[in-house]
Amino acid sequence: MLSGNLLWVLMGTMLLGIAAGITGTFSFLQKQSLVGDAAAHAALPGIALAFLITGQKELPILMIGAALTSALSVYCIQWIVTYSKLKADAAIGLVLAVFFGIGIVLLTIVNRSPLGNQSGLNDFIFGKAATMTKADLTWLFISAAIIIIVSLLLYKEWKLMIFDPVYAKGIGLPIEALKACLTALIVMTIVTGIQAVGVILMSALLIIPAASAKLWTRRLSTMLIFSGITGGIAGLAGTFISSLRTGLSTGPIIVLFAATIFFISYLFSPKAGQLSKYIRKMKFRKQEKLS
Amino acid sequence: MRALEALVVQNLSVAYDKKRVLENANLIVPKGHLAAIIGPNGAGKSTFLKAVLNQLPNKVGEVEILGKAFSPKSLVVGYVPQRNAVDWDFPTTAFDVVLMGRYGSRGLMKRPTKHDKQLAMQALTSVGMEDYADRSIGQLSGGQQQRVFLARALAQNAEVYFLDEPFAGVDAATEKTIIDILKNLKAQGKSIFVVHHDLQTVKEYFDYTILLNKTILAAGKTEEVFTAEKLQQTYGGNLFMMQAL
Repeated sequence: MLSGNLLWVLMGTMLLGIAAGITGTFSFLQKQSLVGDAAAHAALPGIALAFLITGQKELPILMIGAALTSALSVYCIQWIVTYSKLKADAAIGLVLAVFFGIGIVLLTIVNRSPLGNQSGLNDFIFGKAATMTKADLTWLFISAAIIIIVSLLLYKEWKLMIFDPVYAKGIGLPIEALKACLTALIVMTIVTGIQAVGVILMSALLIIPAASAKLWTRRLSTMLIFSGITGGIAGLAGTFISSLRTGLSTGPIIVLFAATIFFISYLFSPKAGQLSKYIRKMKFRKQEKLS
Repeated sequence: MRALEALVVQNLSVAYDKKRVLENANLIVPKGHLAAIIGPNGAGKSTFLKAVLNQLPNKVGEVEILGKAFSPKSLVVGYVPQRNAVDWDFPTTAFDVVLMGRYGSRGLMKRPTKHDKQLAMQALTSVGMEDYADRSIGQLSGGQQQRVFLARALAQNAEVYFLDEPFAGVDAATEKTIIDILKNLKAQGKSIFVVHHDLQTVKEYFDYTILLNKTILAAGKTEEVFTAEKLQQTYGGNLFMMQAL
């Protein structure tokens, strides 16, 4: 039943899920999750622009366009927060809407152009893993591997930088470079994931596995492993299901799977789960009655 | 001869948004003192500390620690920030935080060694927190968090320590533990600077006092500097804690 190509696609989205689970954990702890959301939406104008300028729909070209506008959106958010009186939430909302709006306008222009009808750019909105070619998958494997390896190498530095930036700077860590590197890796994760998951829901793959993992552990190392596994399972299962029934976009199914894992964590995690909270409460009441 | 001085500050000024917080501060403190930095709220104590530690971009003036311009790479400086400076919900354990004190000697992308872990555990033991090593930091009380921070600075094995209000919000027992550790460091010949708020305990805890309000107003042995006249000059107007003297 599993064709060779599907097998590769499944492995690709699984690896993507693992990478997103890892970088997502760092951005979650940095309280930058919503910046990732804006950056993902901001990939759309880049994709459309890359197509309009070059007339090609090769993935590397579209990915470069996506990376440029995505990184630009992060820069805009930081610029607004630094140089205006606006707070981060307003800046993120503003930048997300403007970039995505421009993206939709450009996409409409693409669709009206003679070449645009068959360009398949619309699939970047909700994602379609099944349309990935061997070449697309090669790119995905390479960049997911880079993301995972760099994250593991900088684990110790990012941990200290996020927990206590002042101390980190005090012992000579290059804080600005480390921050920029993390942002670059998150943009890279987004760009890697948009073909399979789509620009609208890509941020969910960064946020939900990290949020689920936070409920299970109080150690960063375990949190990263759990988050990576959650992302991997969601990517695998979501792609598999959407490949069974044609017509279903991959992104929403992946997100629904991740959300299911979050919901299970919310109810049943031994540390922060609702069930164990209820049991502890009951035990306490029983003891109070006995004494 | 400068190497005999723990801290030399010359013409240090800092401005935030045009507003000058620190103006022309000058200070020379010899090695081996346990020094209190005191002054009213908004006097610029934390700013002074951050400027000395080279954390502020918009400062002018010279700072030398043990005869050298401040460089984070030298690791002779141990810094204990205010407790509210970090996110205590961060998923990590007390031991891991103390181990961060060894990161500086390890370098980028290198894992801490067994020796680092031993030093971290020693530091944790010296602040009486060894039983809490595996506890997540969010579960610790305020005083325990402060002790973990202190242990991290100890693990770094620095020569000069800067502490920003280590006694804020901690109970009497923890305050005693912390001050005993600081006195012990002083006995080992290290230099310690503490931003402090409680004037009642200055004479008991510190052998050196630095009075600060927008600039350094006085600095020297506590019995010479901690006088009614000088405190009045620092705090201005009617000083109500005369009984502290």
